Amino acid sequence: MKIKLNVEDSPRIKELKFTLKRIKETPLSLVGLAIIILFTIIAIAAPVLAPPRFGRDPYIIPRYGYFPEPQPPSPEHPFGTTEGQYDLYYGVIWGTRTAYRIGILVVSVSALIGIIIGSLAGYYKGIIDEVLMRLTDIILAFPGLILAMALVVAFGPGLNSITLALILVGWPTYARLIRGEFLRITSEDFVEAAKAIGCSDFRVIVKHILPNAIFPLLVVASLDIGAIVITAAALSFLGLGAPEGYADWGQLIALSRNWITGTADNPFAYWHTYTIPGLFLFFFVMGWNLLGDALRDILDPMIRRR
Amino acid sequence: MSTGLRTYVIRRLILLIPTLIGITILIFGITQLFDPVERASLYITNPKQARFAEEIIKKYGLDQPFYIQYFNWLSQVIQGNLGWSQSLHMPVLEALMTRFSATAELVLYSAPLIIILGIFLGKISAVKRNTAIDHMTRVIAIIGWSLPAFWLGIILLAVFYGGLGIFPPGRLSPWAEAMIRSGEFKVYTGLYTIDAILNLNWPIFVDALSHLVLPVITLTTINVALIMRVMRSSMLEQLSKTYIIAARARGLDEKTVIDRHASKNALIPVITLSGLLTAGLLSGMVITETIFEFKGIGYFAAHAATQLDIPAVLGFALFAGIIFVIANLIVDILYAYIDPRIKLG
Repeated sequence: MKIKLNVEDSPRIKELKFTLKRIKETPLSLVGLAIIILFTIIAIAAPVLAPPRFGRDPYIIPRYGYFPEPQPPSPEHPFGTTEGQYDLYYGVIWGTRTAYRIGILVVSVSALIGIIIGSLAGYYKGIIDEVLMRLTDIILAFPGLILAMALVVAFGPGLNSITLALILVGWPTYARLIRGEFLRITSEDFVEAAKAIGCSDFRVIVKHILPNAIFPLLVVASLDIGAIVITAAALSFLGLGAPEGYADWGQLIALSRNWITGTADNPFAYWHTYTIPGLFLFFFVMGWNLLGDALRDILDPMIRRR
Repeated sequence: MSTGLRTYVIRRLILLIPTLIGITILIFGITQLFDPVERASLYITNPKQARFAEEIIKKYGLDQPFYIQYFNWLSQVIQGNLGWSQSLHMPVLEALMTRFSATAELVLYSAPLIIILGIFLGKISAVKRNTAIDHMTRVIAIIGWSLPAFWLGIILLAVFYGGLGIFPPGRLSPWAEAMIRSGEFKVYTGLYTIDAILNLNWPIFVDALSHLVLPVITLTTINVALIMRVMRSSMLEQLSKTYIIAARARGLDEKTVIDRHASKNALIPVITLSGLLTAGLLSGMVITETIFEFKGIGYFAAHAATQLDIPAVLGFALFAGIIFVIANLIVDILYAYIDPRIKLG
């Protein structure tokens, strides 16, 4: 006789439903979700919102002359221009894509590496576990930004170097998380059963353990995007990012550094140069953090369901 | 100290050795990305030696296999030779040492502020859970957490320095720097606010303090959420325990229950954050000192990075790694000392 499983009763579906219900109950996480959706729309619609010139790399901000002094917002340049006459509106719109590209690339690749290393360590235990975990120890022994900065200097400045450096610094956290889940799950009966009927190690890991171990990782990974983007922007700001004129929020903020003090009669004459790219970066990161804060509470077993 | 604790401390100290070796291997591994001539700068203590790059390559075996080079490099590092910083024109170790006092001064003011404010906000947020106060403190913390340090610094400078003409960047005003260099002012610690008190020189004290205000606000804002968040959930956990119900049932007033019972136990997990806070401060220094031209080790590292001054950046990373590891060691020992439930061994 075949036992019919009701999808509604699956613990994973229940968990997901519970989480969604709690998100709906927390107004702050809804605000976060709304901000993220807005940025996603901006990133997708970038070619419509700020059409690039034909045949040009769309990530290179068009510039209107070489005059150093930033110009205030005007009908042609809704957010004004920044140092060197780069159009600020174009820069922040396409900068959204740059932020998403770095955030998603870093998070997905480091999560993938973390899953592979973490499952090997947690499944085989013993010497493999010991070696792999000492490797994570060493990387985690450095403050992330500082190790990333050293790596970027070694690879040579640029957004690709920043992405690579953040992946190398980021994967150990995921590996630790997956390993912990694996250690917990490998001792369960269903794993023993799968091994007993002759499943290969690969099949046990991928089909039996991983689906049960991956939920916390997915949550942590999706919430990491804000932190990754803020670190990448900081490295960019320090001058380790793309060449001048690339649509990148960190760099746009760096371009405003000489214009903080304004003019003699108006101390805030160049307010738009630092305020606008900064607000984009800030809201992007806050959107992810608002959602993340709510999710962390919902998923924290110590304080949930009270 | 009990014998159990003593063996634990000794064990942890022994475990420190492989971690430190791992850190040095990683840093050394990064140097292997460069060709031997570039790597020679890691061994130079004086720019005049640069002409003899070939000799240095020979002397330190830079064309030898990995492990031989590593031991040569490590023996130099242990002797305190971290190479020559071309961006500062001095040995890296000397640069780190001379600039450390500026960073120490920032830590001296921001760390206590972060801890006290974080604990206070976390506690009040938990006690008033799901009230307006709770929501407000949490929103403030998330805003602080989401603010890019470099942008916050720029906004603070634009408003206070550009707009109001107070709290300038730098560590001291030119007149104060001249006074310190003149010799009238004795430098004891290199922390100018402390030195000013020891010299009973109030104008310099006020000047040094006014330069500290904005960097300290920046560091506090971006780090306070870390403490607050953990204090809040730790406090919530304690408040739901049966000993709290028992304390209330005995008729203790709410203040005693919260301050004497719950808070004390809720503080234990917060201690483990000191390690993370150290890392947050070290990373925060790089950005904050750069924005405010506050010339400590973070400013030095960021400046060196933009000049692709490899020995300086790697020397700083090694230094930061060692500080972070030691901070974590102290946290572990403190934790074992405070909480007898931790299994030692």
